This record gives sequence, C-alpha cells and structure tokens, in this order.
Amino acid sequence: MTDATAAAALAPKKSIITVDDRTQKRNAAEKRFRAYGIAAIAAGMVFLVVLLGSILLNGVTAFQQTFIQVPVYLDPAKVDKEGNRDPEEMAKVSTFGYKPLLIEAMAELVTERGIETEIAPGDMDALFSSSAVAQLRDRVLANPDLVGETVSFNILAASRVDGYLKDRVSRDSVARDKNIDAGHLDIVDALRAEGDVVKRFNWDFILGSDASESRPEQAGMGVAMLGSFFMMLVVLGLSLPIGVAASIYLEEFAPQNRLTDVIEVNISNLAAVPSIVFGILGLAVFIQFMEFPQSAPLVGGLVLTLMTLPTIIISTRAALKSVPPSIRDAALGVGASKMQSVFHHVLPLAMPGILTGTIIGLAQALGETAPLLLIGMVGYIATNYPDGISSGFLDPNSAMPAQIYEWAKRADPAYYERAWGGIIILLVFLFAMNAIAILLRRKFERRW
Amino acid sequence: MSITKLTTASTVIALAASGAALAQSRDNVQIAGSSTVLPYASIVAEAFGENFDYPTPVVESGGSSAGLKRFCEGVGENTIDIANASRAMREGEIEACAANGVDEIIEVRIGYDGIVFASQIDGPEFTAFEPSDWFLALAAELPQDGAMVTNPNAQWSDVNAELPAVDIAAFIPGTKHGTREVFEEKVLLQGCEDTGAMQAMMDMGMEEDAVESACMAVRTDGASVDIDGDYTETLARISSNPDGVGVFGLAFYENNTDTLKVATMGGVEPNVDTISSGEYPVSRPLYFYIKKAHLGVIPGLKDYAMFFVADEVAGDGGPLAEYGLVPDPELAATQEKIENETTMGEGS
Repeated sequence: MTDATAAAALAPKKSIITVDDRTQKRNAAEKRFRAYGIAAIAAGMVFLVVLLGSILLNGVTAFQQTFIQVPVYLDPAKVDKEGNRDPEEMAKVSTFGYKPLLIEAMAELVTERGIETEIAPGDMDALFSSSAVAQLRDRVLANPDLVGETVSFNILAASRVDGYLKDRVSRDSVARDKNIDAGHLDIVDALRAEGDVVKRFNWDFILGSDASESRPEQAGMGVAMLGSFFMMLVVLGLSLPIGVAASIYLEEFAPQNRLTDVIEVNISNLAAVPSIVFGILGLAVFIQFMEFPQSAPLVGGLVLTLMTLPTIIISTRAALKSVPPSIRDAALGVGASKMQSVFHHVLPLAMPGILTGTIIGLAQALGETAPLLLIGMVGYIATNYPDGISSGFLDPNSAMPAQIYEWAKRADPAYYERAWGGIIILLVFLFAMNAIAILLRRKFERRW
Repeated sequence: MSITKLTTASTVIALAASGAALAQSRDNVQIAGSSTVLPYASIVAEAFGENFDYPTPVVESGGSSAGLKRFCEGVGENTIDIANASRAMREGEIEACAANGVDEIIEVRIGYDGIVFASQIDGPEFTAFEPSDWFLALAAELPQDGAMVTNPNAQWSDVNAELPAVDIAAFIPGTKHGTREVFEEKVLLQGCEDTGAMQAMMDMGMEEDAVESACMAVRTDGASVDIDGDYTETLARISSNPDGVGVFGLAFYENNTDTLKVATMGGVEPNVDTISSGEYPVSRPLYFYIKKAHLGVIPGLKDYAMFFVADEVAGDGGPLAEYGLVPDPELAATQEKIENETTMGEGS
C-alpha cells in the first residue's frame, strides 16, 4: 500500500482527458503511418488511372474505321479482256489491274457530288486503302456476272484519311506529308457531308488478320487471337495435368528427404526465371532438336507450358495444404486407401484453389511476349486463318502480345493507334480471366 | 471435373498434334531476315496472297545476320525458303551454307534503300551535312599534331560553323544493324578521308587496318547513342530531344514526313531519284536469297519470287516504290535470273 502511494505521488499527474506527451507521440506516429499508407494507395490508384486512361484514350479510336461508299463501273475491257466471264481467265488480271477502275470511280464520285478540286483524277488513290482493289477483284471473281455493271462498294479509306477523321492527322501535318494533300482532305470533308464517307465501328479490327506495312487500316487482331487461343489450349492441356499430378505427389505421397527438398527449391526458383530463358530453351529443344515447325502455336504453347508449370505447381500445393488434415484422417479412418482419400476428398476440396491458380497462370502466359520472340512469332505472320484444328496448332501464327509488339514498331503512325487498341483487347481478355478466377474462388472456396 | 477425363483429353491433343507435325507438309512460303526488308516483303506477301491461290507467305523479322544463319541451317521443309538481307551475303556465310548442304542459292537484288539524316521538324536548322561533319562529330579520337586526342567537339558548330550551335546528340543504329555498316563505310570512313584525318593517321605510322577502325570508332561519351531497336525508337528519342539528329531509312522517313525533316548529305537531297542515280552517297542494295533446292518443292516459292521483282510490284510507281524502295534499274536482269534459276557463281 505504502509503495503504491509513493509511486503514485512520484508519477506526474495523469488525466484521462488530457493526453500525455508519450501517448500523443505514439498516436501521432500511428496517424503518420496511416497517412503514408493512404498516400501509397493513392499513388498506386493514380498510376492505374493514368495507365488505363492513356490506354483507352489512345486505343479506343482503333475500333472505329473510316469507310467510303463508292459506285464502281466494272469495265469489261479491263477486267475481262477475253469477254468469256471465265473466272480462271479473269484471275490473270491482278489487283494492280483493278486500280484504274477504282481511281476512275473515285474521280467520278467527286464530280458527281459537284466537288471542285485541284486534285488530278490520277491522284485519287491517296483517298482509299490499297486493300480496296483486292476487295473488287475478289467480288468480281466470285461473281463474274457483275462485270459490265456499276456496283456499289464499301471500301476502307486510306490511313491518312482515317487519321484526319480521328484528329490524328491535322491540316498542318498534311502540309508536310508527302502521302496526301490538303486538297484530298477537302474532298473528304465534302464527301462526308454527303454521307459517302462514314466512320463506324470496325469488326475487322477484332476479327481480321494482320496487314502489311502499307495498309494499317486493314490490320486486325483476329488471327493472332486464334494463335493465342491454340497456345492456351496447349498450355491448359499440358500444364494442368502435369502440374496437378506433380503437386499431389509432392504434397501427399513424397517422402520428406533431401531430394524432395531440392526439387521444391528448384520449383520455386523456376517460377522466378525470366521468361526469355524459356524462349531460348524452346528454340534449342523444340525447334532445333525436335524439329517442330517454326512459328507454330504448338511450340509457343509448349514454351509457355514450361513457364506456367511452376506457378501452377506452387498454387496447387498451397491449395492442397489448406485442406485440413482432419479430412484425410477421417477418410483413412473409415478405411479409404491413401489414393482414395486424396482423390475423393482432398482434391475436390482443393479444386477451387487449383483452378484459380491455373487461370492466373494462363492469364500470365497469355500476356507473355518475350519467349515468343525467339521462336519466330513476331513479324508479318498472322495472315491466314487456320483451316482446322491441326492447322491451328501447326501453321505459323502470332499471338496477341506479339502482334501488339509488332504493330508498335511499324513505321506508319496509324499502327501506333492499333497497338493501343490491341492492348485494350488483350486487357479485356485478362480482366475476364481474372474475373472468372475470382468468381470461382468466391463461389466454391471453403474456409476452415 | 474429372481429372482422368482432363488428362486423357490433353494427352490426345498432344499426341494428335505431334503426330500431325510429322505428317504435315508445308504449303506456305517461309521467309525471315532483315527488319529493313520486312516492310517490303510484307507488302509483296500480302499482294501475293491476294492474287494467287497460295496461302500468304510468312515473313519474320530478326535481322539480316540472324535470317541468313537460319537460311544456312540446311535444306528441307523445316528450314526457311528465303532470307531477306539488307547487305550482300558474306563469304563466310556462303561457306557455312555450303557446309550444311545449301550450296545452290539464288541472289535477288530488289532495289536500293537510302539512309537519311533527319531531325525534329521544328528543331534546329540541320539542313545540310557533309560526311566530314559526322566524322568530326562522332569520332572517338581525332589526330592532332601527330597524336590521337579524345574528340574535343561538343557542339555541331564546332565541327562546321554553318551548323547550329547545339550539343551533339546523334542517334545511330546499333552494331547489330546492317544499316550501321553502311553508315560506317559511307559516312564515317568517307568523312575520315575527306578531313585528311586518314592521311594524318597514316603519317603517324599506323597500320591500314588500325586507321580504318580508328576512323569508324564512335565516341562513347554520350554524344552519340547506339539504337539497338528499330527506327520507331530513334523517332521517339528525337521527339523527346529537340537537338537530336537520327539516322533513318528513306522509307521510314517518307512515312513520317510530318514530324521529321531531312538533311542533305554532300549537298544532295535524298529521294528516290537521287538514290537510284547514285548521286546521294549513302545508300545500299537490298537483297533476298532463295534456296534453289526448295523451288518446286514448296508451292508458290518461285511465283512469289517472280511476283516480288515484277515491274508492277518492284518497278517505278509500284507499291514498293510508293513505300520508299528505290527501284533497281536492272530489274529486267533480275527477273531473268529468277526465271532461269541462276544461282550465285553461275553466269554472273
């Protein structure tokens, strides 16, 4: 008692209303820490907003494209010189032979609309995409009876014209541009007022194939998307069974010894290996040694499988580990074999975790470019739609991120916009996959 | 979800795929090589796919050397049919090819590519260069009073009073590019000779090889930056540095005339006419190489090659010239060469 009163007398006066210095200091430190945390999150959010904002801002225009509606007189003298309407003979007229028709039709349209211009009729080709001639030729060869008639075509406008409607090309920059003149833009303005030139949503950007450097307006993501799809099939088909089998064995059956320790450490190490290393491995093993075809989604899928495996093994093992031992004990207790306890009880309970890990691994593989550079999936590759399952796996193809990389390095500024647009498509896929993973986890995950 | 089902399905897929890999015969032309030739090859491949019944050929990039290396790996469906190159094949490469059984090669020159010197359109007045300006601006060491000294020039006006007084910031292709070789030979070496530095070094008693490599050695103090990526990267560097001067291909410049302005070299403005006449000094031929053994085996290979050098494609006013290729005046001879399948060493 006396001690306590002495101590109370020694201690400074305390009140629960006024806070003493040390408490104040502690509280301030806590407040500061919270402020740091909020600042960190805010900074992260700002980066995210800036990133997504700039992607959307730059890329959204790629989904729209400018088209010109033009009636073309299919002159028999130029298209079918023999006059037999025989598609085989007419195929001898190449796409270059169709260009004069289109130039004439364009000039005709301009005069018909009463537009006065100083542009010579011969220079009208700056208005439309060079893909238009192939469109004409394909239509004529598919239907030779059209020859001699005037047929209305909906053709792509040239990338500079498209850029003008999207404010990428201004009249100032046109003055310095050798590919198009201000006069062309006057024609475009006039035709637009007449409704002959329209900008509308372009499905071909999502579904189409890659185009050459001279016609960015025609390029699309579709074939590369199929390439990614077939690669993901390979990744899923190989890495899920291999990864799950490996982790079940390591987690449930393998003895704890030095060898399994080494294996475990190496799996964790492999997960951190830069992806380009897997690309070199793929080149050396799959293409040079096993002689698989170049640029094939099969090889891309194999390389990405190697890259995804550690991720899947690690997440599967975590999922298996999170199933409480009581489940195993109960199963063994009622007389199940070790394998029965794993496959009937542990694995079903771990499945949501495994699937989430797999989807995250796939999403990572979907966005990977570096290994694909080395196995020949970058270039002018994604041009032909595969004609079937085996051609889908084996014919040269690109992948979505590789296609974006390729577009970003091409000379025409219009490709830059398409690269951003491609990023939007890729992000939509990644978001969708992550959303599925979250849904699965929410719906099926059990907490113990 | 049943694990057994999944496993079976994936095994079937894997087996089917690898089985088909062995059975499949290739029906499309495969091309790899120079990233300078890639745009032209892609334009031709696209038009080829449109005009013929064959599938569109596949063109990979990766550089001349890498492409030729793959080309020389051997003969067979698993190797590429055509290598694009922004330089002629070297003696060593021909030997390496022959060692792997690729001894019959058809060389096709498709035209010329100009190398231009461009800067930001609103930047300082870089309108006229001489090779000597570039040598003096970029050399690592210069001869002075009988000894080699570190390049003292910091501003363009130091090397030539007519140039703007801004810091030297040059963006030149990295050593893995074929363009670098041309730049070294036709600009730096030429400049070295023009300024008399070459003679001065010779007088100092240096060996000829040593003189040449001293002429082509580029300073590493940051005034000159090697660009290992492509021209898009050079363009980005120039856009962010108003004083920067970059080295571009003519085709790239022609597609970006709204942001770049070009300088004359030796008083000649680079364009298709001056390059094809040889007046503009910095240009180089572009090639592709065909494996003769693949002709007739890979469908469409010869048609593609013929189509590439057809007058309407590679000639004046064709899509390649429109994109920036300088047409080869001897195109007819090249067409004949492919028609007759004349290999290197034969006839020429």
